[in-house]
Amino acid sequence: MTKNITADDIVKEENLVYKKTPVLTDNVMHYCPGCGHGTAHRLIAEVIEEMNIQPETIGITPVGCSVLMYNYLDIDMQGAAHGRAPALATAVKRLMPEKFVFTYQGDGDLAAIGTAETIHACNRGENFTIFFINNGIYGMTGGQMAPTTLPEMRSSTSPYGRDVKMMGNPLKITELVARLPGTYYVTRQAVHTPVNVRKAKKAIRQAFESQKLKKGLSLVEIVSNCNSGWKMSPVQANKWMVENMFPFYPLGDIKLEGRLLNKE
Amino acid sequence: MKELKLMKGNEAIAEAAIRAGADAYFGYPITPQSEILEYLMLERPYERTGMIVLQAESEVAAINMVYGGAGCGRKVITSSSSPGISLKQEGLSYMAGAELPCLVVNVVRGGPGLGTIQPSQSDYFQAVKGGGHGDYRLIVLAPQSVQEMADFVGLGFDLAFKYRNPAMILTDGALGQMMEKVWLDEQKPRLKDFPSWATTGKSADRERNIITSLDLDPLKQEKHNFNIQAKYKKMKEDEVRFEMIECDDAEYIFVAYGTSARICQKSVQLARERGIKAGLLRPITLFPFPEKPLKELGRQVKGMLAVEMSTGQMVEDVMLAVNGRVGVEHFGRMGGVIPSPDEIVVALENMIKKISKS
Ligand SMILES: Cc1ncc(C[n+]2csc(CCOP(=O)(O)OP(=O)(O)O)c2C)c(N)n1
Ligand code: SF4
Ligand SMILES: [Mg+2]
Repeated sequence: MTKNITADDIVKEENLVYKKTPVLTDNVMHYCPGCGHGTAHRLIAEVIEEMNIQPETIGITPVGCSVLMYNYLDIDMQGAAHGRAPALATAVKRLMPEKFVFTYQGDGDLAAIGTAETIHACNRGENFTIFFINNGIYGMTGGQMAPTTLPEMRSSTSPYGRDVKMMGNPLKITELVARLPGTYYVTRQAVHTPVNVRKAKKAIRQAFESQKLKKGLSLVEIVSNCNSGWKMSPVQANKWMVENMFPFYPLGDIKLEGRLLNKE
Repeated sequence: MKELKLMKGNEAIAEAAIRAGADAYFGYPITPQSEILEYLMLERPYERTGMIVLQAESEVAAINMVYGGAGCGRKVITSSSSPGISLKQEGLSYMAGAELPCLVVNVVRGGPGLGTIQPSQSDYFQAVKGGGHGDYRLIVLAPQSVQEMADFVGLGFDLAFKYRNPAMILTDGALGQMMEKVWLDEQKPRLKDFPSWATTGKSADRERNIITSLDLDPLKQEKHNFNIQAKYKKMKEDEVRFEMIECDDAEYIFVAYGTSARICQKSVQLARERGIKAGLLRPITLFPFPEKPLKELGRQVKGMLAVEMSTGQMVEDVMLAVNGRVGVEHFGRMGGVIPSPDEIVVALENMIKKISKS
């Protein structure tokens, strides 16, 4: 006679291969299924746990789909006006230089309305970290064109595709700030596969670690899908991202230890 | 021990900020207030007290730096002049919504637009009615001397922290640029203990702190608004500050603040020499506005003349206070023109003629 295996037989410390980090709250995330924001939040939370810096970390949220990030991370957080997170972080880090300070911003927030704050915080070499979620669109407001929207890409305000003659070119702000002397570590990652998740987590860790050196700003761009805004299923969206976004926004480190890696 | 110095109004504000134990100043140059940032950079307060001074890339960035610092429970100050204050409005609205204290100095110049760099009082509405979007108010202090420029820095910080609301010193280019002697307070230590709501890092013994002005639930947002309004009501009860000069037997009074109030003191004297029983009510807090004393004076006097370096903004609050009980008129110069004591008396005489005819 074989014994039936129950949940109690399986849920044991020695069988534990993964658990939710306590730095994530139990609140249910409001993100669309398949969206990269949730994964990015989790990785940041896990790194905070692993570095044991929960009491030392202050995060600044943007205006965008991740405006409610403070509901999900169990750390002190401030919500900024649209685009101004780097200004808040500048003050927070200067007033508390021993803390770990980060902003979390979408592409509209960081590369359109907040361009000045982004560039000047980078150029001043502020010792905080920017997590930049580039989904090529304004997710929160319903899929309008972003500064990062690809040429010919459709959005609700470029319904026939982005006509660069009329609407201007997409802005590679990450490459731009990598050229500024104030940035120390600049990288572009993705979170759509387990391999990429592991790499992105390593980058997030490196960004936080580099704050200890006080040698300048660290920026981790995460190219992510906005399946709702792109009007695709999550699977289609990730495929489209790999085929269209990655060639324009190639993944990998752009600047290490203050030195540009000459990829382009 | 207090210290006596000869200083410009702008410099007095900067020095008073250091001595009040401010933690940070963020600002962007604009005439006629650049001396505040210049003085701070020259004084190196980061060596004197550890206070941070940073020239921001814009007024927008500066006010959002103020937000970040205030969110950490720090005493943060910024200053600008009219066009720059317009740029700070979004940030101030967010700070009022998030209930963050800070001190903002507006050394007003004539507008609209780029206007002039000469003194004006044309930002009254913007200062006392909210200024940015949403239902909120700033605590507004109106100094009339270099001494008060210095004194109101400490007072402004105290009120801002007491009510968790931004406070503003509303002054003008004349007071900012003119030199007078000023008694400066002793150096106060910077805060070491921060308010319980500040984002100083979530220690194991408390819940996380979140600074935000967002609530997507309308009923919660409404409740939040009621709470904020309750603070403004309390300010109206407890924080009204004003000065009355020669009002006891007055038949006519000037109502004026800041530079205009200073000029009106001379006009009171000139008017009395000409046999007019004139007085002056000087609001010191513009929000909360001295409604009660004006209402009471409304029963006593035959007319009120609001004197402002604008087309007439505060005059509306004077009218609301007296509620039709007595005639209220406005006299003002604008675009950077400062009225003389004589022309103010002539304006008063014209008002008296009009009243005695009707
Ligand atoms: C001053 C201001 N302008 C406009 C908006 C409206 N708005 C909210 S989010 C957003 C765009 C967000 O896009 P992005 O930063 O790319 O974030 P995502 O939602 O894609 O993650 C805009 C325009 C606002 N809240 N404030
Ligand atoms: S709208 Fe786009 S960015 Fe926002 S949650 Fe949905 S998929 Fe994510
Ligand atoms: Mg986006």
